[in-house]
Amino acid sequence: MQVIKISHSKNTDFMAQVERESGQNLSLCYQCGNCTAGCPYTFVYDIPVSKIMRLLQTGQKDAVLSCHSIWLCATCESCTTRCPNDIDVARIMDVLRHMARREGRVAERTVKVFWDEFLNSVRKHGRAFELGIVASYVGKTGRFWTDMELGPKALLKGKLAFKPHDIKGKQEVAKIFERFKEEYGG
Amino acid sequence: MNLAPKYAYYPGCSGQSTSSEYEVSTRAVCRALGLELAEIPDWSCCGSTPAHTVDHVLSAALAARNLVLAKEAGFDTVVTPCPSCLTNLKTAVHRMEDPDFMDKVNKLLDRPFHGGVQVKSVLQVIFEDIGPARLKAMVKKPLSGLRLAPYYGCIMNRPPDVMQFDDPENPISIDKLMEALGAEVAPFPLKVECCGASFGVARKDVVTQLSGKLLQMAETVEAQAFVTACPLCQMNLDLRQGQVNMAAKTKHNLPVFYYTQLIGVALGLAETDLGLDKLIVSPRGILARIGQKQPAAANQ
Amino acid sequence: MKIGVFVCHCGSNIAGTVDTAKVAEAARQMPEVAFATDTMYACSEPGQAGVVQAVKEHGLDGVVVASCTPRMHELTFRRTLERAGLNRYMFEMANIREHVSWIGKDMQANTRKATDLVGIAVEKLRRDKPLTAKKFDICKRVMVIGGGVAGIQAALDMAEGGLEVVLVERSATIGGKMAKLDKTFPTVDCSSCILGPKMVDVSQHPNITLYAYSEVESVSGFVGNFDVKVRRKARYVNWEACTGCGLCMEKCPSKKAKDDFNEQIGTTTAINIPSPQAIPKKAKIDPEFCRQFTKGKCGVCAKICPSGAIEYDQQDEVVGEKVGAIIAATGFDLFDYTRYGEYGGGRYPDVITSIQYERMLSASGPTGGHIKRPSDSKEPKSIVFVQCVGSRDKSIGRPYCSGFCCMYTAKQAILTKDHIPDSQSYVFYMDIRAPGKNYDEFTRRGMEEYGTQYIRGRVSMIYPQGDKYIVRGADTLLGTQVEVEADLVVLAVGAESSKGSPELAEKLRISYDAYGFFMESHPKLKPVETNTAGVYLAGSCQGPKDIPSSVGQGSAAAAKVLSLFSRSQLESDPQVSMVDIKRCIGCGKCIATCPFGAIEAIDFRGQPKAQVIETVCQGCGICTATCPQGAIQLQHFTDNQILAEVNALCQQALEVNFE
Repeated sequence: MQVIKISHSKNTDFMAQVERESGQNLSLCYQCGNCTAGCPYTFVYDIPVSKIMRLLQTGQKDAVLSCHSIWLCATCESCTTRCPNDIDVARIMDVLRHMARREGRVAERTVKVFWDEFLNSVRKHGRAFELGIVASYVGKTGRFWTDMELGPKALLKGKLAFKPHDIKGKQEVAKIFERFKEEYGG
Repeated sequence: MNLAPKYAYYPGCSGQSTSSEYEVSTRAVCRALGLELAEIPDWSCCGSTPAHTVDHVLSAALAARNLVLAKEAGFDTVVTPCPSCLTNLKTAVHRMEDPDFMDKVNKLLDRPFHGGVQVKSVLQVIFEDIGPARLKAMVKKPLSGLRLAPYYGCIMNRPPDVMQFDDPENPISIDKLMEALGAEVAPFPLKVECCGASFGVARKDVVTQLSGKLLQMAETVEAQAFVTACPLCQMNLDLRQGQVNMAAKTKHNLPVFYYTQLIGVALGLAETDLGLDKLIVSPRGILARIGQKQPAAANQ
Repeated sequence: MKIGVFVCHCGSNIAGTVDTAKVAEAARQMPEVAFATDTMYACSEPGQAGVVQAVKEHGLDGVVVASCTPRMHELTFRRTLERAGLNRYMFEMANIREHVSWIGKDMQANTRKATDLVGIAVEKLRRDKPLTAKKFDICKRVMVIGGGVAGIQAALDMAEGGLEVVLVERSATIGGKMAKLDKTFPTVDCSSCILGPKMVDVSQHPNITLYAYSEVESVSGFVGNFDVKVRRKARYVNWEACTGCGLCMEKCPSKKAKDDFNEQIGTTTAINIPSPQAIPKKAKIDPEFCRQFTKGKCGVCAKICPSGAIEYDQQDEVVGEKVGAIIAATGFDLFDYTRYGEYGGGRYPDVITSIQYERMLSASGPTGGHIKRPSDSKEPKSIVFVQCVGSRDKSIGRPYCSGFCCMYTAKQAILTKDHIPDSQSYVFYMDIRAPGKNYDEFTRRGMEEYGTQYIRGRVSMIYPQGDKYIVRGADTLLGTQVEVEADLVVLAVGAESSKGSPELAEKLRISYDAYGFFMESHPKLKPVETNTAGVYLAGSCQGPKDIPSSVGQGSAAAAKVLSLFSRSQLESDPQVSMVDIKRCIGCGKCIATCPFGAIEAIDFRGQPKAQVIETVCQGCGICTATCPQGAIQLQHFTDNQILAEVNALCQQALEVNFE
């Protein structure tokens, strides 16, 4: 196992940044494990959420930002709702994704590509165009078998629109993304 | 009943495609209940999950554009059927109570947001404005004999200080509405447990595992069908039910209704207005048995 | 007048941020100050000796000490003055620690403020007059409110010491929470076997009057002379006549009454005796469930009672008791676990509280000492204990540790193995808190000898699956989520303040904390005293406590009362209001405004005048602010003294402004 030399690797700037961006006080966590206990996604996590909280308390930036768990959190709010110390854990998980993105660390590429393609679709049309999202996801990931069997089912039921619905104000929406990029470099 | 609309209506993107049956049945039921909805003109996507995983200011800005449109159209309340849209719109309003945050959001917008808009789910409006008692009085075709697993999904009521509706652990609004329609509501203990959310495309294994648990539990409590209020939950349980069966070697065959579809059936609305034919797992069998006294589960 | 000023360093507490020598130097310039110095520890023996010596050497008439809060050492220095031959009220204290050095780090500003406070004290002292305390008789009877183990211990100790004790208990039997327990930790001896004899002693002691099923209605008076009104709730049974034979319970047709003693595990009859060990062993009727009350006809108990004790028309009765001291021992209540929706919020029959489980373990309980699932009466094989339900949880407003749950859970897990040898107990915990004598050894024994499986982590949710429950928690030592299949789940509910405790505190004029627990006078040195003279605390009404601590406090409070009553008279505080009879116009406004009823109207040569009853006056000063004539003055805090203080401060402020 890896030995952590806390006095060397404790990144206090990182801790302060997480606290600032999430508005949460990391030292409120007393490691009861309730977030891990309630998290429906623990079974796919590489680091359970309570351990992420502990890694944050000890300032272990690399371990946290390179883990898979932060990409597999669905923001279902179990942790936030049940935390005995009223910590908004889900918001911290969101903030960690933001930071990982900014540093170009992506442990779950397919998840990120799907989210990116979703937002690309919104940027282009003003609304999410589902068939288009899946198509460009498949294009980017090369996962041609994704949900192949579902397509016909949904199409038969007339549930998938073939064409995007472009809104009139799609330029306004695109400008939100542009300004975001200018402001934050996102 | 031709009152001026009280609510600005935000349909949400999935209502235009994968949950079109939710969209049509919501409109039909609201019309029948005298709830006038005015669709927000030229509304855009709220950003959904992907936006808040990128940045909270971006996410709030995508939501806020719609709040501004609603306000400009003269409304102070926005209603939406979709819990994901609801969360984004409500969280945006909640976070923009901080003036610094609001400034950051407004920097991204053409027309700034200045507050004065609240957001509710259509479910909340039906539950609070109409209520189970009035709904019961309007029932034409009681759903007797139908035993349902009420599934609210994870974010309709959580976190409670943002959502401000129903109980975060044991919500009862859908239960009460379904009981008012004459249906039997099974004690479903996983009402707020996550179904796998939007990981269906990128991580199918996650969804089959989590939705599989829900389907299993629905059978354990001898429900004949699910009743939901979330397009993503409905899609995972219905469209992906086959994938769950493949992955877990199960033979689930549970229809997954939107609560609005069942209200519509009980109110005797036209089938074409309820989109029942869009459900992947066919509800025909159990709909045909409505009105027969014995729940089918008891006969098996 | 010759005044001496002593500026205390309090080690570095004050001297670290106040230039004490400079303050003393400034004091020498103040009017009538004949001597001023700074001193290392004014309260220490050499410090006090220095004050005595200075009084004698310089012929001082009064002393100012600039140090800490008067709550800490005013009495200390008043005694010093008496040793030096001065009247104890020729003393003023300037608080330059809590009000100056502890709250700011700016040496210059602190020194200036300390000088101001000394100046104020000097101006007040210049107008002080010697005061002499009056003596008054005390009523050597005592009331104990609450008949749990703490109250019982206090009552018995005082009764043995020769005092007359009135014990008031809200429920129908004394014994409190301890009477409901099966066994006690860490000795695993039978709770009712060790408490029972004490309860019997209470009922038989000639010095103890027991009012069970009664509540304190109001309290007036002061230390040595309290008047307490006690409401004896209607029992619909004449307790003089009732023999506790239990025939009425056998015949009562209404069997669905709430069984509070058994924590709602099962029901009881509408006329009931709480338990076989109840003291007093008397029956009472619960009118909510009695057919005579709900339907207007039945009368079975009245017909069957061999002693004719049933009185359906009995009313509440209020009795007055005069006592010289009061001990509050009202205990605690248990957290309402239904607030945890994720644990079922009360919807799952086999998710029960620890005290319900205790009743189930008890041979005299509703299941006869057999562990049975409430849903189907089956014997559980897998039992999960969840710790900290309503403890250490900020999100529900209970941030404190209840202190005893770790221990009772360890005990319950051990007893479970004794009752059902092929069972497996699991305990979800955050930290094991077992600091008492033999406590940690006990929890270890649970793991090592009884095989209790401890899992370090909180439980996030409990839900039924088939006829079992899934308890989903974390094992933070394994670092993952865990699930345990349980037949029965026992929630270790935490302690909260007893229902109605803030209201009782207000009647007793004592303080209570944000959670409703009563405040002791000093957290270290006065644990059973309150800030109201003559009112004491014992047991969990002050904060969660286990049995040994509660018993210890019961005895401690009893000792305090015995020592208070060892004198035949008490001295009253002479800092009370006095009426200047020449200025009084007899308008009576002061009489109407006094919250203590301490002012009476008298006839003075045919004129109505006000007169203060010195022993009743609490020195609050409301009357002095009310009197339109300025005729009523609070001794030691006269209008002239307060104005002199204000003037001293304002003049100095002006000087500072013009600098």
